[in-house]
Amino acid sequence: MTILHTVNKSPFEDSSLESCLRCSKAGSTILLIEDGIYGATEGTIISDKVKAAMADRTVCALQPDVEARGMKDKIIEGIKLVDYAGFVDLATENDTVESWL
Amino acid sequence: MKFGILINEGPYQHQASDTAYNFVKAALDKGHEIFRIFFYHDGVNNGTRFTVPPQDDRNIQVRWSELAEKHGLDLVICIAAAQRRGIMDEDEAKRQGIDGNNIAPGFRISGLGQLIEAGIQADRLVVFGD
Amino acid sequence: MSDTTKKFLYLNRKAPYGTIYALESLEVVLIGAAFEQDVALAFVDDGVYQITKGQDTAGIGVKNFSPTYSALGDYDVNKIYVEKESLEARGLTVDDLLDLKYEDEDDDWAEKDSIRVVTAQELADIMDEQDVILSF
Repeated sequence: MTILHTVNKSPFEDSSLESCLRCSKAGSTILLIEDGIYGATEGTIISDKVKAAMADRTVCALQPDVEARGMKDKIIEGIKLVDYAGFVDLATENDTVESWL
Repeated sequence: MKFGILINEGPYQHQASDTAYNFVKAALDKGHEIFRIFFYHDGVNNGTRFTVPPQDDRNIQVRWSELAEKHGLDLVICIAAAQRRGIMDEDEAKRQGIDGNNIAPGFRISGLGQLIEAGIQADRLVVFGD
Repeated sequence: MSDTTKKFLYLNRKAPYGTIYALESLEVVLIGAAFEQDVALAFVDDGVYQITKGQDTAGIGVKNFSPTYSALGDYDVNKIYVEKESLEARGLTVDDLLDLKYEDEDDDWAEKDSIRVVTAQELADIMDEQDVILSF
């Protein structure tokens, strides 16, 4: 079984991304949405942790949220940008969706 | 595939309802079925027809009502959460002795069992909140 | 109604009283118990504060709903996972938590602890087995 984890909060105000990284398994996918996309940006105090997770988990960010926040040029290399249709595909490809609210 | 959707936040204050709307539209475009959309916590506030956003802004409630009409979606507002927050349909207003109702077209008020049923019946349950 | 049983996990990450999430999450668990699914609860991050001992809400004028967790065992909700790392980060141990028990019908109704403290990685395995994960 695989899980699609969604994280919707900035990692600088909430521990949801860190908790998701701690409680997710190799092979799972983490999709950063809404303010969660700030966790996908380069050069932050958490970007090394995100890159480490990318070794065995897939990290994606919701492109419309990235663009809305002007962060398109700051996304960590290797993080896949998906649109809402891609979000739907991730939800179908994984067995469960877990929202880290 | 059959999706159940849970929305835990009201309109405008949080992005949850917008994200859920875009997700649901994308899922429908791809030919998936939306078994039910359940509104809980402040999410029940998506279902009042008394919201009047500025003209140049999206109308979140109307958008849900129109999508429901177009695709025959089942929009369910939790009764316990709705009672706390003043969302009423005609029957509930009568029962509570309240002089009016504010439920928007396409929404219905029902119990939490509808959420559990969505979890059982749908292939995926996706939660949007804060 | 489907005749298959699904595994439901309720993920609780928020402290009680400051917001209504904890109370309304518990209301879902109680209603959901009637559907006879395979239910488990997980308490992670500030969610662990939901089940601490000694809550006294008299001074804030809000109902103390923590005694309700003790009734969960009677509803066959007896898999209550608490993440070890979240407890430790908050200076808490299992002794700071409510004493939640259930009677095991497969073991001559022996009284057992519902709370199981698990590491993040153990919790990741538990999450992986679920069909539905509800977070509030």
